[in-house]
Amino acid sequence: MDTTKATLTPTRETASRRPRIHPLWLRITHWLNAFAALIMMFSGGRIYDASPVFPNIVIPPSITLGGWLGGALQWHFAAFWLLVFNGIVYVALNVASGRFFTKFFPLSPRGVLRDFLAALRGKLSHADPRQYNMVQKLAYLVVIIDLVVLVLSGLAIWKSVQFPLLRELMGGYDRARVVHFCAMAVLAAFVVLHVTMVALVPRSLLTMLSGR
Amino acid sequence: MKTPGRKIVELDRAAIVADARRELDMPSRRLFGKRALTLGGLSLLTGCSITDDASVNRFLVAVSRLNDRAQAFLFDPNRLAPTYSESQITRPFPFNAFYGIDDVPTVDGNAYRLKVGGLVTGQRVWTLPELYALPHAEQITRHICVEGWSAIGRWGGTPFAGFLRRVGADTTAKYVGFRCADDYYESIDMPTALHPQTLLTFDYDGERLPPKYGYPMKLRMPTKLGYKNPKHIVEIYVTNTYPGGYWVDQGYNWFGGS
Repeated sequence: MDTTKATLTPTRETASRRPRIHPLWLRITHWLNAFAALIMMFSGGRIYDASPVFPNIVIPPSITLGGWLGGALQWHFAAFWLLVFNGIVYVALNVASGRFFTKFFPLSPRGVLRDFLAALRGKLSHADPRQYNMVQKLAYLVVIIDLVVLVLSGLAIWKSVQFPLLRELMGGYDRARVVHFCAMAVLAAFVVLHVTMVALVPRSLLTMLSGR
Repeated sequence: MKTPGRKIVELDRAAIVADARRELDMPSRRLFGKRALTLGGLSLLTGCSITDDASVNRFLVAVSRLNDRAQAFLFDPNRLAPTYSESQITRPFPFNAFYGIDDVPTVDGNAYRLKVGGLVTGQRVWTLPELYALPHAEQITRHICVEGWSAIGRWGGTPFAGFLRRVGADTTAKYVGFRCADDYYESIDMPTALHPQTLLTFDYDGERLPPKYGYPMKLRMPTKLGYKNPKHIVEIYVTNTYPGGYWVDQGYNWFGGS
């Protein structure tokens, strides 16, 4: 285990001596997930527009993928395989390596509030990129759970007859569409927040690319 | 008008060869793995519309064929779609077609003949009174459109599995195809054709099927999306040669299961 103190500023370190923050499998699954999730969102927007769950909410066609409903469905059900299998690999390696427990826990509401207030005041430290702050921990856990909800509600919509348990869990076919849309909105909010934070702390982008 | 029964059980060599050739001709199958690896980089780097790219389209169509197989695997021939009570019926039930309601075809019931052909021993035409005399079943089920909306309706008609057996259909064949009076065409897999809730319907909500819902008959499958349910059917045929479908040939998924 690396015991280097995080107080060392990375600019003085050579890349090879810097501690590895994200293992290769994590970086690969992260980017594959980002790719698949974005395809799902943009093609899903076009599918949603074919018959909006909320008549007042329409996704601008210019930011959707697929050109028309049939094309969007092809994209959606192609990226679906990548999202699901990549997600399974991600969760399995995360749990098997123990990373899941060391990175995301302990997590406390008080800690989340403290770090959130510190972030608002601009006083949240990003000195040690190996350590997630409480807000990060919560956000990443929420988005992992949200992706699971998206897949399950999507399966309930896709196969409402073949998966009766999922259908009932979602409250029926029509409610599964509401769940799917709301979970997508949560994911969209996460993407905006996540990309904003990366823009504010650009080093986090480099660590997700190079691992250090 | 019976053809010798032996002919049906013989392998349809021409159809098998045609099918194999179709599959082999799809270069997308071989490119599948390659594209899977490079598609991501390409689509993110290029600024042009990737939806119009031919190779991307071939890839997506190949995945759609894979999804047909995945759905055939998931399809449980004994799993029933949920049924509903009379009070849950959507009123009015929406009209939906690839044309407006003013262009609904008018079919003359007296002159109407249903042609049944392909891999069946009883190749013949049926009049409406003959069809109406077949065993009757009713169902109140949810129609799910590929667009996402759904509506609950009540259909009456004859179980399609019984009809296929009555006409001596080769139930080991792969497909059942349909041609319609509105130039729509569609095809389904044999397991779905034999599903207990697959109904050749002549009635809607206790009345004769009105023109807007597909007079004189619609194949109703609560296990498939709306576009798989053909209306105004004038010909039914059993085949091993992939027949495609009106929307399917434009990019909708063929299996279209629910």
